Amino acid sequence: MISAVFVFNYKGEVLISRLFRPDVRRSVADLFRIHVITAPQIRSPVTVLGNIAFFHIKHENVYIVAVSTHSNTNVPLAFEFCTNLVKLGEKYFGKFDEDAIKNNFVLIYEILDEILDFGLPQVSDYESLKLYVTTESVRSENAAAPGDASKVTIQATGATSWRRPDIKYRKNEVFIDVIEDVNLLMSTKGTVLNADVTGTVKVKAYLSGVPECKFGLNERLGEGAGAGAGGAGAPQSQYGAKRLVDIDDFQFHQCVKLGRFDPDRTISFIPPDGEFDLMKYRTTEGLTMPFMVHPVVTSISPTRLEYKVTVKAQFPQKYTATGVVIKIPTPPNTVTVQGLGAFAQGHGKAKYVASENCIVWKVPRIMGGAEMDLNAEAELAPSIDSNKKPWSRPPISMAFTVAMFTTSGLQVRFLKVFEKSGYQTVKWVRYHARAGNYQFRF
Amino acid sequence: MATAAAIARVTSRFEGAVGQAMTALPPKVKKFLTNIRKGENMELKSELNSEYRDRRKEAVKRVIANMTVGKDVSGLFADVLKCMQTDDLELKKLVYLYLMNYARTQPELVILAVNSFVKDADDPNPLIRALAVRTMGCLRAEKIVDYLMEPLRKTLKDNDPYVRKTAAICVAKMFDLKPQLTVDNGFVTMLQDLLSDANPMVVANAVAALREIQENPRNKDTVFVINGMILHKLLAALNECTEWGQIFILESLAEYVPRDITEIKTIMERVLPRLSHANASVVLGAVRVLLLSMDRLNGAEPELVTTVVRKLSPPLVSLLAATPEMTYVALRNIELVLQKRPDVLANEIKVFFCKYNDPQYVKMEKLDIMMRLTSDRNVDVVLHELKEYANEVDVEFVRKAIRAIGTCAIKIEAAAEPCVGTLLDLIRTRVSHVVQEAMVVVKDIFRKYPGRYEGIIPVLCEHLDVLDEEEARAALLWMVGEYADRIANASDLLQVFVDGFKDEHMTVQLQLLTATIKCFLRRPEAQPLVQQVLQLATASDLPDLRDRAFVYWRLLSSGASVAAVMGPCPPIEYEAAEQLSPALLAELTQNLGSLAAVWQKPVSTVSPAKALAGVRGAGGDDEDEDEDPVSTMGGGGSVSSPAAGTSTVSAAAVAQQEPVPNLLDLDFDLMAPLPPPSNSTSVGGSTAASPMPAAIPPPASLLDLLGSSPPMAVAAPNAGVGMNSLAGLSTSPILGASPSQGLSPASPTSAQPTKSVLLSKEQGNGLEILGAFTGGPPSNAAQPSWTLELVNHSAVPLADFAIQLNTNALGLAPAQPLASVMTAPIVPANGGRVAAVLPLTVGNAAMRSAGGAVTDQVQAAVKSSAGIVYFAGAVPVAWMAAAGVGAV
Repeated sequence: MISAVFVFNYKGEVLISRLFRPDVRRSVADLFRIHVITAPQIRSPVTVLGNIAFFHIKHENVYIVAVSTHSNTNVPLAFEFCTNLVKLGEKYFGKFDEDAIKNNFVLIYEILDEILDFGLPQVSDYESLKLYVTTESVRSENAAAPGDASKVTIQATGATSWRRPDIKYRKNEVFIDVIEDVNLLMSTKGTVLNADVTGTVKVKAYLSGVPECKFGLNERLGEGAGAGAGGAGAPQSQYGAKRLVDIDDFQFHQCVKLGRFDPDRTISFIPPDGEFDLMKYRTTEGLTMPFMVHPVVTSISPTRLEYKVTVKAQFPQKYTATGVVIKIPTPPNTVTVQGLGAFAQGHGKAKYVASENCIVWKVPRIMGGAEMDLNAEAELAPSIDSNKKPWSRPPISMAFTVAMFTTSGLQVRFLKVFEKSGYQTVKWVRYHARAGNYQFRF
Repeated sequence: MATAAAIARVTSRFEGAVGQAMTALPPKVKKFLTNIRKGENMELKSELNSEYRDRRKEAVKRVIANMTVGKDVSGLFADVLKCMQTDDLELKKLVYLYLMNYARTQPELVILAVNSFVKDADDPNPLIRALAVRTMGCLRAEKIVDYLMEPLRKTLKDNDPYVRKTAAICVAKMFDLKPQLTVDNGFVTMLQDLLSDANPMVVANAVAALREIQENPRNKDTVFVINGMILHKLLAALNECTEWGQIFILESLAEYVPRDITEIKTIMERVLPRLSHANASVVLGAVRVLLLSMDRLNGAEPELVTTVVRKLSPPLVSLLAATPEMTYVALRNIELVLQKRPDVLANEIKVFFCKYNDPQYVKMEKLDIMMRLTSDRNVDVVLHELKEYANEVDVEFVRKAIRAIGTCAIKIEAAAEPCVGTLLDLIRTRVSHVVQEAMVVVKDIFRKYPGRYEGIIPVLCEHLDVLDEEEARAALLWMVGEYADRIANASDLLQVFVDGFKDEHMTVQLQLLTATIKCFLRRPEAQPLVQQVLQLATASDLPDLRDRAFVYWRLLSSGASVAAVMGPCPPIEYEAAEQLSPALLAELTQNLGSLAAVWQKPVSTVSPAKALAGVRGAGGDDEDEDEDPVSTMGGGGSVSSPAAGTSTVSAAAVAQQEPVPNLLDLDFDLMAPLPPPSNSTSVGGSTAASPMPAAIPPPASLLDLLGSSPPMAVAAPNAGVGMNSLAGLSTSPILGASPSQGLSPASPTSAQPTKSVLLSKEQGNGLEILGAFTGGPPSNAAQPSWTLELVNHSAVPLADFAIQLNTNALGLAPAQPLASVMTAPIVPANGGRVAAVLPLTVGNAAMRSAGGAVTDQVQAAVKSSAGIVYFAGAVPVAWMAAAGVGAV
């Protein structure tokens, strides 16, 4: 298990060091500094030196390192733990970077003590931790009196450790955000190499009492039904154009009763108070890619490169994409890029950013179905070494957000809230399709 | 007094260290960490004794800050201790944090704190009770253990589950410090009782603590046994406890051996939903339990297995969407899962395509997995993808991608053509590292498909000037030598190399020597070149090169048929990059998710528990920076480069684990330790008329020889390394000629020679033959004989055995037919194993010297009802020596 936890800054200075077991010493921090931080290249997040293993993740400008000496250490657990620490830090004080850590080191020690005992991870979700790990930044009233304290502990170890029973809201509301990160990799020939959607359902629950929720999607039921769905497709279509979506995989928040999902595919849960990620899903079938990019890059002469890039918005006209940024790489020996000035109305602005070696084309809004072109010519400095490796042509990457649109066609069917007082709940649903790894090779 | 003295001592030490600390300090630090000046400890001391609570708290925080950056604040122990008596939970936690750090250095002072701990353990606030027990367990001062007993006993039975779960772990802490005391006081038993606690988190922690104790090297008893009742309890808790608790339970389920199929099915049913958990380690833990359960089903319930295998795939793919670090861990584990169950991700190869911005370590792993999943259905896409990677910037990744193209070609015959085309394209880019790697890969493809692509050699030769790495140069030389008859300017090409002979790396020199001889055999006009090379090589300081040159020279001047020796290289077969041995694979899947599995090394090599105990024994204090038992081992290498291929993995342990693949891997670089090339080369010269095709002794026999008889152990490596393509040729004459090799001629090997495998069941169509020469040497009175053991792996009984021996150096022949010693048929049931001792006679001298080449191999053919099989065995060196054959 985890013998020690360290946090380093990029210079290798120790910001946090906490030993949990006697089998390592504080001086192992030096080992890590020498072999990992000052090493020219990080070869792997798992570093084994002698009989000591270091598991590190990088976040902002710090390294979070878990140390272990056991051969049967659960490696995924160590990494999940580090990620979890970062998440907790972010929830407590916004950002988990060097300055925040220095300002909150006492709190971090307190958190560490609570979530790791003798190297074994303990209760670590923010909702229950915030009840008894308190600081200036987050004040909780119910930590002080001993009477309340036992409530806290019962809750922290109970079946629904993430929720206090005595929450009250005047207005019961639930906000659901379905955010889809679209990943696309197109080959030079314009064929799809890889396309998938990683979706997250974020829920903000402001509900009184201990409500039991049921959540439904327009998802094809069960993998077993997937095969027979072709036949079942016809009768379903008579209920309007309700498309069913095949979901490859689900991952649920701690609060979802996994035991009930597996047999009958009901997503039922008692939500934590406030914001949480209810589920993540992944799908590869039936995707509508919001954008297509057709790049034509031709070398006119050794010092001139011609770019013709066409971007097409493929989503329906009623939606609008915002924050569209297209990064078109240029060779490292580019001197200038010409022709970026002349753009039609509403086709955004493009400029050559030498530090990133690319043309950055920004379009604030694009309507569905629109098509835009970029014509430019890059002027290259003549290269001296003719044997030099040709330019490796990194892919064109894209960023965008399309509101109220889902690439997979997923929709929330229902969210039912059952609570013994039987109050009415106001529910809000929003959809976003965002670019994840959206890349086009050329 | 003791306290005052300690403070004075520490203070004076601190004064001296201040200057040092100042220079070691980071320049830009927060207000707590700055303001370091002489006498800060004095200031802190007065602050700690302040009458105001806020100031005391602030001072303790500063003490902790100093502690974090590694400054010695142990001098303030007594003052910090005074702050412990407080109602402020936060301050209390800070003081405890300080105590945990310095308790071991100041055991006599910790006693002062005991009282308040014991008091806190009775506090009405459960958080404070838990905090007290947790902290006491961490103090690790032996004196305190006696005081810990009572609070621990009480808290283990506390009403509050939060306190109980903390106390459970405290038992493990105490065991680590004083194992016997913990057992004697019944804490372990109490912990076992907690397994049936009503609260799932207490159960989970009890499981974790018991496993902890179980694995403690100082533990002698079995403390954690799962029975039906506990299993039920664990499965119930699995649904309700925290993600971490689920991991502890899943780990214990993986180790539990279920009693019957119903139990296995129950476990699988309950574990299956965990695959949808958001925590990746829960998912991997569930995968581990499911894989093991499927093994334990042992073929029963095929439908359930199919369903589970289908359900395994999506969550594994989802793991790849996590952080790069987690992705790496997932990939390493997926590699194991794939070796265990190749069908799991068969259709998902595209998710393993590298993204441009993946970190290098992720890309390398993805490539490995892509190679495992490549099949004739997806090879086109894969090849296209690999070509894309070959244009990237990262040299190491590019090289690996090019190697992968070679793997595709060797693995899938239909893909060879496009692969060669792609490689040619890459070579034409003239980017140095691309050309070098492609050259080596092309050589491998040539070996796999001899005589198919030599048309591209001229193109390869055009890029000679780009090649500056020895392996690439050696690869090109090999191709030139091998196809000298089809390359018009082969001699000229070789001449270029010969001119710079002295500047070449040894690998290239060796290869050049062989290539020149091959070239000469096919083009006699290259004779001056041969002389030049032989002269250069025999004058070399490198023993391997010199010896090989002498061997060639001798062979050439003796007029022996060198041509036969230099026969074409046997084609290579596809080997998945890092196919682990079944035993290791089983061990690693058992430990899926563990460090051993990620590192893909046996559990024992990753971290010996003994070394651990050693560190513990050393004991000293934490602040002791100068003696560091670990840094000496620092060179142990990082996991980082498991991808670099087994050939670079130094550990001999690995070689033992997977001997055969390793040898094969090596031969990609240097064609040295081949699977012993066919004997036909040597024998073909002497007994060309023999109707019997050459038998290839399986690689295993070579290894057995290495292990068993000492004289052979000397000879074999020579054959392997020094003589390379001569491996098939008799080694004895050369060795005999140079007794300086330290070969004692007639070392009595052993009375009970171990039988080596002469014919594997694959080669013998189900008939396996083991054998050893016994009795003899033939000149002595003792009757020489060949003890054979025949194992029938096929489904039908075998009968009607007959044996025939090929002409051999000693003139050995069977004294009586095999049928006379083996009368009964070999029935496949119960192993089907029959041993037979075949008496041998020694032939006359004329027969002995029949051939030009002398070998210790005795080739034999065994006829049975299943057909004729051929094999060969090596005569003990002692026989050879006794017969005087070695001195020819």
